[in-house]
Amino acid sequence: MILEKIKEKFLDDVYETFEFRGDLVAVVNKDIVRELAQYLKTDPVLDFNILMDLTAVDYLWQERKPRFDVVYHLYSLSQNHRVRIKAGVDEKDLTIDSLVSIWPVADWFEREVWDMFGIKFKGHPNLKRILMYEEFKGHPLRKDYPYNKRQPLVGPQN
Amino acid sequence: MTTAAASQKIRRHTMMLNMGPSHPAMHGIIRIILGLDGERVESADIAIGYLHRAFEKSAEQSGYLQVIPYTDRLNYVSPLINNMGYSMAVEKLFGMKPTERCEYIRVIMSELSRISDHLTCIGASAMELGAFTAFLYMMKAREYLYQGIEMVTGARLTISYIRPGGVKADLPPEFEPHIQKAIAETRNVLKECHQLLTRNRIFVDRLKEVGVISKEDALAYGITGPFLRSTGIDYDVRKNCPYSVYDRFNFDIPVGSTGDNYDRYLCRMEEMEQSMRIVEQAFRDIPEGNLMVDTEGREIPAAMMVDLAKMGETEGFVELDVNLDPTLSGGTRQYFNSVEADEKRAVLPPKEDTYGNIEGLMQHFKLIMFGHGIQPPAGEVYQAVEGGNGELGFFVVSDGTGRPYRVRVRPPCFPIMAALPLMLKGGYLADVVATFGSVNMIGGELDR
Repeated sequence: MILEKIKEKFLDDVYETFEFRGDLVAVVNKDIVRELAQYLKTDPVLDFNILMDLTAVDYLWQERKPRFDVVYHLYSLSQNHRVRIKAGVDEKDLTIDSLVSIWPVADWFEREVWDMFGIKFKGHPNLKRILMYEEFKGHPLRKDYPYNKRQPLVGPQN
Repeated sequence: MTTAAASQKIRRHTMMLNMGPSHPAMHGIIRIILGLDGERVESADIAIGYLHRAFEKSAEQSGYLQVIPYTDRLNYVSPLINNMGYSMAVEKLFGMKPTERCEYIRVIMSELSRISDHLTCIGASAMELGAFTAFLYMMKAREYLYQGIEMVTGARLTISYIRPGGVKADLPPEFEPHIQKAIAETRNVLKECHQLLTRNRIFVDRLKEVGVISKEDALAYGITGPFLRSTGIDYDVRKNCPYSVYDRFNFDIPVGSTGDNYDRYLCRMEEMEQSMRIVEQAFRDIPEGNLMVDTEGREIPAAMMVDLAKMGETEGFVELDVNLDPTLSGGTRQYFNSVEADEKRAVLPPKEDTYGNIEGLMQHFKLIMFGHGIQPPAGEVYQAVEGGNGELGFFVVSDGTGRPYRVRVRPPCFPIMAALPLMLKGGYLADVVATFGSVNMIGGELDR
């Protein structure tokens, strides 16, 4: 029902919908993410009021295009259902709309994705690193970042 | 210069104060950059990441089974729940179901973990407000529970007990009486702590109407667990999206009304009682499986059996009942089959097969050796369990090989920390400690 509603509303911008082990997944165009989030949150039947999780996956080793997926996990308290939204982000244009204006918790989640994957969120008020330090070079959860690479901890420059 | 002129020269400005990263009340390491106007908090900026150990990156480098010890170190106050969340995510990838007895064991262990989590949280935050007695009492109760956990898992903290497909070993026979005693003791301690804290003027004044968060804000920030329930929303993963066998137990979800620190304290106190109810029901209903073992005949430790076999003394081994050393007890077939799923692709063989015949040994090595290991089918799943602080989610992506392609943890205290400035602003500096204590921030889980 959820996936059908999303497909009905966004037509060709929804690339794929499927269910795996009971998890509902919709793969969408990254340009509609904010609009879709607004719709999912405000539609009375869907009523996804909690952004449970926001993360990304780097598909470099699978040589897939687009390289990254930004993954949203939504939960509806009133309807007690969940959905996963995935939006592909390619290396050429590493940006996607920020959801901070819809769910304030996206602030920190998006900072973490920027920190770990280097994906920029358009409209984010304060996009800076969260787990790593500011002087850190590279984005550690990318598949091409070596696991055992070490970086000196450089203090802030005065 | 007149006094009037002098007073005109006084400039008001905000004082910046670094609270942490090394501050006794900042459990673990975290930095709160406070902007103070006198004692009032005007702004609060939270810097995390001091305990970042690259859990998610490390998980991508190792096999599925090697991730389990890392999960112990996420929320190190309730490691069993982390084990359970991760194992259930991997099981979901396989589409397998653990045995009945195993499910009950998992429920018992994760509820014990939840109690010790709440005991630590309340004890530590009471101590920071000066109530040292309550802290010691609660640590005493936690000690009884830890002894029980140690009895089963062989470790107090880094337990690695719950695994995909089952648990490491069955419960030892002395476990149930010990836990029944521990529960009685914990009830006593909770009663004492209620008497010490709940109506204590100082304690109540420090907590009531402090660190208030509204329902709407809590939902917008994705807050779950006792923190959300204190605002009056009865969301609990165990009730709303029941996993394992939680739908078979009677228990209530305590909710608060104002969403202040005091309500969070009361919620946690009541949740411990409800967890104890679940443990008692689980002990009553736990199915036997094939537990009754005939222990006639000689018992020798498995290690000794291997030693004898090396010297060629293998006569009569077939008839022997193997009594394994403490950390592996419950790993024999009679116990093992009742706590492990019937899934050859994922579950280690019983220890007597591993030590006793070539097929068992090969299967064991295939599962343990690096580059082989368990290989779930390609796909991705999200599995949520109710952790000590709220919804603990594991998002596991598999590409069909022996290593997880991506393991993402949704740490329950991450959204709470994101919302913390809301609760601190406008309050007093001294209330930062009280509010932060009620978050029950666990560095290992927050920074991963």
